[in-house]
Amino acid sequence: MARRIKIPATKYPVERFTLDNGLRVVLTPDRSAPVVGVAVVYDVGIRSEPEGRTGFAHLFEHLMFQGSENLEKLAHFRHVQGAGGTFNGSTHLDFTDYFEALPSGALERALFLEADRMRGPRLTEENLLNQIDVVKEEIRVNVMNRPYGGFPWLKLPPVMFRTFANAHDGYGSFGDLDSATVEDAQAFFDRYYACGNATLAVAGDFDVATATEMIRRHFGDVPARPAPDRPDFDEPDLDAERRETYTDKLAPLPGVASAWRVPDPIGSFADYLPFVVLAEVLTDGDASRLVERLVQRDRSVTSIGGYIGFMGDEFQVRNPTALLLQAHMPPGGDSDKVLRTVDEELDRLATDGLRPGELERTQARIATHLLRDTDAVLGRALPMAVLELQRGRPEMLNELPKLIGEVTEAQIVAAAATLRPERRATVEVLPGATA
Amino acid sequence: MTVKPLPDLIPDAKLKLPKEAERTLAGGLTVIAIRRPAVPLVELRLRVPFGKTPLPRATLLSQALFTGTGTMTSVDIAAELQAVGGGLSAGLDPDKLLISGNALASGLDRMLEILAAVLTDPAYPNEEVATERDRLIDHIQVALTQPAHLARTALLKRIYGKHPYAVQTPEPEQVRAVRPAQLRALHADRVRPEGAVLVLVGDINPEKAIDAAEKALGSWTGPAKDGTIPPTPPLEAGPLLLVDRPGAVQSSLRMALPAVERTDPDYAALQLANLIFGGYFSSRWVENIREDKGYTYGPHTSIEHFAAGSALLVAAEVATEVTGPSLLETLYELGRIASLPPGDDELEQARRYALGTLRLGMSTQAGLAGLASMYAGFGLRLDYLRDYSAALASATREQVAEAASRFLAPAKAVTVVLGDADKVEGPLAALTTVERGAE
Repeated sequence: MARRIKIPATKYPVERFTLDNGLRVVLTPDRSAPVVGVAVVYDVGIRSEPEGRTGFAHLFEHLMFQGSENLEKLAHFRHVQGAGGTFNGSTHLDFTDYFEALPSGALERALFLEADRMRGPRLTEENLLNQIDVVKEEIRVNVMNRPYGGFPWLKLPPVMFRTFANAHDGYGSFGDLDSATVEDAQAFFDRYYACGNATLAVAGDFDVATATEMIRRHFGDVPARPAPDRPDFDEPDLDAERRETYTDKLAPLPGVASAWRVPDPIGSFADYLPFVVLAEVLTDGDASRLVERLVQRDRSVTSIGGYIGFMGDEFQVRNPTALLLQAHMPPGGDSDKVLRTVDEELDRLATDGLRPGELERTQARIATHLLRDTDAVLGRALPMAVLELQRGRPEMLNELPKLIGEVTEAQIVAAAATLRPERRATVEVLPGATA
Repeated sequence: MTVKPLPDLIPDAKLKLPKEAERTLAGGLTVIAIRRPAVPLVELRLRVPFGKTPLPRATLLSQALFTGTGTMTSVDIAAELQAVGGGLSAGLDPDKLLISGNALASGLDRMLEILAAVLTDPAYPNEEVATERDRLIDHIQVALTQPAHLARTALLKRIYGKHPYAVQTPEPEQVRAVRPAQLRALHADRVRPEGAVLVLVGDINPEKAIDAAEKALGSWTGPAKDGTIPPTPPLEAGPLLLVDRPGAVQSSLRMALPAVERTDPDYAALQLANLIFGGYFSSRWVENIREDKGYTYGPHTSIEHFAAGSALLVAAEVATEVTGPSLLETLYELGRIASLPPGDDELEQARRYALGTLRLGMSTQAGLAGLASMYAGFGLRLDYLRDYSAALASATREQVAEAASRFLAPAKAVTVVLGDADKVEGPLAALTTVERGAE
């Protein structure tokens, strides 16, 4: 049954230009719905925060919402929502994004708001203390007060990596958060939030000439500041398996997660892409290798997932990064047995190759996921802003389904062969709560 | 510092609805097909009325729906769907079984064929059902350690008492007792097309998509049982229910307030009152307890609609040491909106938010599919968005104030707090009568 479905493509138009102050701009018009998405992305993330200031990149993201040159505290939220829009921001390992989705008549307002804070946030002691409290509650709700908090995205990097940049807790310790000062925040802004270190993307229902004029008007006078040198965060691959175990006092069942380094997602994209497909061959749905074996046949896990990038952002992460597998097990589950079976299945894949149709159907499903994400204006503005920032190729968003479709069986087999136990970092969570 | 004026908004164009077609098939299934060709995909939602089904069986049925047919194993089903870029999953709430999925648009016919096989020729193989039963039990065990789940469970019991909505998750032991034959019987009895609605949205020709659905699902027949659930009882405020979770670093604060159904003439005014109080970030409650006090990260309120009744739900995770003060501010903001009319500016801000996010919700295939399916569940169609927009646009300050006084009064709130009872009982008891939960 290897009848192959044709993988379709989108043809979102892409206009690029750079303002005199260095801000890179991407416009991708599509008038199929009366809404726009605006994204500003800065080339700084968790890996750039200084020692003793864990969690600072994320805390700073919160401070970018606390008022700016022409805006009092609360004004940003009210102006976006009072225009019928939604907003948010998020802090990743390698970048921090700020974004709005709004009815198209609010485009200029969103541009004004982003430009205003690009000129500088209002950094005050009162707002800093307030947002330290809010961030602590965020950490409590997402990590401390629930089972499997931070598993594995905060628990696995310190097992896999040795350098502070790659290994530390990106949410931050309460001690470090409490030590943050307004001066730290100003220095962080001055160093990293330069318009030469940022991209702006606008997607959706607008006219290119009009939007270009608006962008020049609002961002044109943001003072030119060059991007700081971006360090290479690379570090050597593991030379032996590493493994750690911890007890989660709120978790009722055991879990295990492993990660293997993968090629540089940007510098070695052609070598990297097969790993994106491999993760899905292994774990996407009931017909995937590891779900069929571990969930259905052996019943040694309750669920298993596989993806690339500790935050699941496979096309928005820089080197070094990893392919992750994470599994939850039934009561009394045995991590060693699960890992042995994973090794066995990887060996089988590397030795026997794929079954007829297996690659094609996996590629078709990935294409659906990729295409589906681009239907929302922010599903275009955000990735295009990051693709511009990291690769200078926002139009790659249109090409990804086809590129995924061109990955060959030989490449998948070769990728699977690199996932050896001695290159693996594993973290195991033991249940501390009674099921 | 240069002072720059805030740019004006360009007024919204008239609400434009997508092209759609609808047909009720001979077997009783209603098919609604909507065209949004932006990406070459199709979204699918099938809602099957499932009220009055036994909860443990219905929950396991939803988990095991894709475990096999007369001719396909679970792996076959998944692989065949993947081959057209597709995927299907099922979920359950007290009113319905909801099957959701999507595929490449060129795979619509195949996805419908596979769906038809699952609906008309289900196998529920013993081995696969046993696997899904164990997995479901494990998932429930994990849910039982999640504060959000525990708080909701306690709140539902408090709101609904003996009404069927009171319990929405089965006990692990109840699931363990379910047999495959019972799933087959429940499927034969209740997975029926009468009253069911299939929504297809995407890069499709609506008439042709309905033809494809008719071809694939024409053999799905049979009458449905009456699953009508009796109306929900009125809320009884009573004392604050404190559920102990020793050692918790946060308390889960939950409240339920009365609400009206979507089609009620007061609904738009109530939704606006809800927004002004706590229903979006720029609300009084969020600005107070998060942006001023720093007690919490993501407080939110929303109106939850079931077929047999609606309720306004209030939720915040607050630090243990500020549990009392958080309740104080919540009662204060409820009291304020129930007692004093809102300002014109905050009403206009909430109104624009409601109208704008409605357009955002319609801007994707998945958003349209969700809206069309949800409205169909209440006997409405997408064109109801026009009526609702008009009601939001015309609601007056007096109507919003009146709705707030009727529905947001703190005296009417059912309140549950899940947290470290020894630490939070005293501060809570300073504000209201507290009753400890049985557990």
